[in-house]
Amino acid sequence: MNYLVDIILIALSAALINNFVLYYFVGICPFIGVSRRVDMAFGMGCAVTFVITIAAFLSWTITTMVLIPGAPLSSFVAGFFLSKEAASTIDLTVLSYIVYIFSIASSVQFVEMYVRKFFPILYKSFGVFLPLITTNCAILFACLTIMSNVVGVENPADAWDLWHSLTLAFFGGVGFTIAIVIMSGIREDLELCDIPEPFKGAAITLVVGGILALSFMGFTGVDSGLRKAMTPAQETAMVLPLEPAQTAMIEFNQGGMDQ
Amino acid sequence: MADQPTASERFLQGILPENPVYRQLLGLCPTLAVTNGMKPAITMAVSVAFVLVCANVVISLIRNLLKPHLRIVIFTLTIATFVTIADRVLAAYLYQMSKTLGPYIPLIIVNCIIICRCEVCASKQSPFIAASDALGQAIGFGLALSSIAAVREILGTGGLFGIQLLPAAWPDWVIMVLPPGAFITLGLLLGFVNWLGMRKSGGSI
Repeated sequence: MNYLVDIILIALSAALINNFVLYYFVGICPFIGVSRRVDMAFGMGCAVTFVITIAAFLSWTITTMVLIPGAPLSSFVAGFFLSKEAASTIDLTVLSYIVYIFSIASSVQFVEMYVRKFFPILYKSFGVFLPLITTNCAILFACLTIMSNVVGVENPADAWDLWHSLTLAFFGGVGFTIAIVIMSGIREDLELCDIPEPFKGAAITLVVGGILALSFMGFTGVDSGLRKAMTPAQETAMVLPLEPAQTAMIEFNQGGMDQ
Repeated sequence: MADQPTASERFLQGILPENPVYRQLLGLCPTLAVTNGMKPAITMAVSVAFVLVCANVVISLIRNLLKPHLRIVIFTLTIATFVTIADRVLAAYLYQMSKTLGPYIPLIIVNCIIICRCEVCASKQSPFIAASDALGQAIGFGLALSSIAAVREILGTGGLFGIQLLPAAWPDWVIMVLPPGAFITLGLLLGFVNWLGMRKSGGSI
């Protein structure tokens, strides 16, 4: 039950409350650059969601299998050269950035080949933006969030497993798509507005993005309310603080039973 | 290469005429994320400057070995190496600041400014010109970051570097240090810079 609650809360938080674009400011470049037409923005959002999920799968697998201390693959390889205790302490997390950027670049290459083969029209409309997904901060940000939830956790039971990571990545991509599609809808109307000359283009887009971020701040606190609503009733009752009178009553009853 | 600008021209161009934030609209993620105070903004600018100069010099040294279709991968791997160095140094000497900046230091890897400078300048020119270009862009980036951070911190908390500047009656405008304030401040400053540029060039407003 708690596992499911965690998954739902991660999804909700990534998509709406801590939206990648409007809360963490990652993926601003396509947010400003591509969001002129709704259909293109939606296609870009889908591509990013797809790449981000693949990259999250790769980065979670590599982190747990190779990078963290005591990871199966690295300690197996090091076992040929070192003693067993020394091999299980090999820590490769310092290489994580290089490994992540490499896995992202290769998955973008894969998506590019796939889209070029099966959706040539979409491929043409993306143009130069498809390879630029490699340098989209949102994807590296998802990988880093997963890493920070796998590597540095105090309690090993709290470390994320594969499904947590995939949920964060997929719904982060969905949140990115939501933000960029809303923005492109607004921008299609902005074309017809009478905007002061210096503000045309990026400046007014940023101001509108600020107002959009302001409205997304309205989701703050939804997660704690939802967690309370979804936790089973008897658990909630256990953590509720007792009134002083009730405590006295319980003590009195226990005292009475002792006698 | 007679038509290429010289080193000093490159250096000056980066500071105002081709300012990475206000003119080219590059590197907006850290610009928006770390400018809620002056200290994180300056730390960020210094780390970006370090990575930018080192990556530009290295790319410029190996520019004759680069294959065109592999260059982006080489760029990102070079940048990732220097970002790892910067991240470890920050974690060792400025632990609290590296906690505050969080994932935005590793996100320098995908910062468009550095990739753009590698592509435009370093992969074509000698190390000295590349270094001066990188230095100019880094100073321009630092000026842009500190201008945004100054506006946000003064309006948001009434002080700068934690020193109270505005009278105590000033109500803290908390929204300025929250995410929406970043978008709105940058949008308004961008409009202001555009307006200055238009007035200078004699355009009609």
